[in-house]
Amino acid sequence: MSEAFVRTQMTPPQKPPVTERGAIKWLHENLFAGPYNTILTLVSLYVIYLMLSAIVPWLLNGVWVADSLQECRDIVAASAGEGATGACWAMLRERWHQFIFGLYPSEAYWRPTLAFGLLFVAIAPVLYSGQRSTLLTVLAVVFAFVAICLPLAGAPGWWRVAPDPALVAAGEYLSATALTGIYIGALALVAGLAALTWVAPGRLIWFTLAFPALCYFLLWGGSIWSTVAVVLGLVVLGLVYRLAVSLAGVAVAACLGLLAAVLYWLYLDAPLARELSEALPLGIPFIPSDEFGGFLLAIVIGVTAIAFSLPLGILLALGRQSDLPIVKMICVGFIEFIRGVPLITLLFTASLLLGYFLPPGTTFDTILRVMILVTFFAAAYLAEVVRGGLAALPRGQYEAADSLGLDYWSAQRLIILPQALKISIPAIVSTFIGLFKDTTLVSFVALMDPLRGVTNAVRADIDWKGIYWEPYIFVGAIFFLICFGMSRYSMYLEQKLKTDHR
Amino acid sequence: MADAAKMQISDEIAIQITGMNKWYGQFHVLRDINMTVQRGERIVICGPSGSGKSTLIRCINRLEEHQQGQIVVDGTELTNDLKNIDKVRSEVGMVFQHFNLFPHLTILENLTLAPLWVRKTPKREAEETAMYFLEKVKIPEQAQKYPGQLSGGQQQRVAIARSLCMKPRIMLFDEPTSALDPEMIKEVLDTMIQLAQEGMTMICVTHEMGFAQAVANRVIFMDQGQIVEQNEPKEFFSNPKSDRTKLFLSQILGH
Repeated sequence: MSEAFVRTQMTPPQKPPVTERGAIKWLHENLFAGPYNTILTLVSLYVIYLMLSAIVPWLLNGVWVADSLQECRDIVAASAGEGATGACWAMLRERWHQFIFGLYPSEAYWRPTLAFGLLFVAIAPVLYSGQRSTLLTVLAVVFAFVAICLPLAGAPGWWRVAPDPALVAAGEYLSATALTGIYIGALALVAGLAALTWVAPGRLIWFTLAFPALCYFLLWGGSIWSTVAVVLGLVVLGLVYRLAVSLAGVAVAACLGLLAAVLYWLYLDAPLARELSEALPLGIPFIPSDEFGGFLLAIVIGVTAIAFSLPLGILLALGRQSDLPIVKMICVGFIEFIRGVPLITLLFTASLLLGYFLPPGTTFDTILRVMILVTFFAAAYLAEVVRGGLAALPRGQYEAADSLGLDYWSAQRLIILPQALKISIPAIVSTFIGLFKDTTLVSFVALMDPLRGVTNAVRADIDWKGIYWEPYIFVGAIFFLICFGMSRYSMYLEQKLKTDHR
Repeated sequence: MADAAKMQISDEIAIQITGMNKWYGQFHVLRDINMTVQRGERIVICGPSGSGKSTLIRCINRLEEHQQGQIVVDGTELTNDLKNIDKVRSEVGMVFQHFNLFPHLTILENLTLAPLWVRKTPKREAEETAMYFLEKVKIPEQAQKYPGQLSGGQQQRVAIARSLCMKPRIMLFDEPTSALDPEMIKEVLDTMIQLAQEGMTMICVTHEMGFAQAVANRVIFMDQGQIVEQNEPKEFFSNPKSDRTKLFLSQILGH
């Protein structure tokens, strides 16, 4: 049985009842949904209160101007009463340059700062292909950072550290006026290149390629010819590859080129650099590796390892899938061995054992060795990450690429890797973040990392003995900023590359 | 309905397969395949699933390797020589059941990729060709979209256009309509019929018997890795010789 019904008047939409909207609804749903929920909320609020009541006064009573930890404590006691706690940030004010640069000579602080500014110009074309507004924002921030840091970086050189008499005698000490000139020049250079990046991001790819050599020269210095001679090795590689590629194919030509370059570096590099420096001495003061430290060291190792481990990891991942048994065996062996050994073991190997195996008389910089081993370590992990991405691609993609007649390397470069890498972005960036934090482990091979090396050096000072929260919070905050930045960037990249419209 | 008489078949041999055998491990998938395809022929291969029909056409552009016998495509024998394989693949277009478009590239980029990197065609020319074939499959307005934004039928037509951009002399179709909704099957079949009318040499694995009757000049029935029967479509459907063929036809035409 059914009764007929006809609506004569339509009901206009109304607002939901008060308990179902706005803050009240949110509170009711999320914090006070039932008796257990309410109890949990109250307990949590109490715990948060306890934590804040310990931390907030400590932060609020923080002292920025003092000459020692004891003076800090006295100031806190005087201003906030006996028994009050307070952070002693004065230590950072006094020693921040050590956290950033380690034992790097203060009159040369402009070199790493400039290199850092140029780093962003160099990675800009790689990171932001074609999105000018974002690019401009990032470059502006970096430029502002460098503009602030350059004078700051020079500061101890101006008003704290007395010029080393030996340097003055040798004519290598830079006067304050000369330093100012360098800062202004450096700023102009970064600004100019940043502007160029904005105008023509594609063009600067040459700067990106030249940057590693430039960065090496800026950081370590010495004769410009030793850098040039090393770069010539790559030219040798390129030439041999060009000559051999039409005769022997990509893989064989690459191996031949690599062999030629290694031979060049072993036997021709050093004499050539020596001859050139004698003929035309040109360069900036050399700074040995053991003076590097702090975030300078962490960033140098981290950025180098990140830049080189990704291509190496991709090659290893492809090699692991290869049909050629020897290539496959080498790749699997490398990956499993490196992944199976703790990083610290590899670092010890880098700093101690390699010295025994290398021919006597070869000097092989500690930082360079550590960089190579950290790169290998990250590459082994990345290889597995990339392999996961490769495995996630449907077979049809390989078949479609094959059926169009693309050869192996074109198919990988144009079809397979762009998709496989896109899938692996979160895992790749995780590996990078882990790698960057692992750079603190270099303290085990007597390098001055920011976390243990510099902090211990600061705490060994009689003035700052007993300070521990402040340096670790400072170092932790900088690590967090950098890692958080990488994580955000990876999310941006995922969003940008999202084309599947699922 | 296409007019089969209009489609010319020349004496020139496009594909020659002699005494071909293939195994997956111990399993003998293709047994003693002998087959000659002349230029301009439209061949439909049908058969129950697992009969080896997809494997057979995938051997023709060497997505699968055969272990015995000889396959000659356009005068080039398929061996382990990578140069020959790439040459054959760039002359033979292939359309897959699941389209296999490249999801990270736009439709236009999907179409120009192989001409740019395999044929080294200048970019402008490659794009003109791509737009020409997109017009032909009737979706030029989708050029700047990504494959994920298109319907299945549109994606399959893009896949056909992508193969055509390489100006292939032979087209292979591996069940091109079996992943599509009934409404979309027609738009893809229309494209294929049009292609056949223009004289393209086609080998098509499909269960679309209407298509076979309209376009094919030969129907091949396979079972258990062997060619069981082949005939011109009229004879094949009205007067099948082998019992296996009769059973198969009664099952697919019976409902």
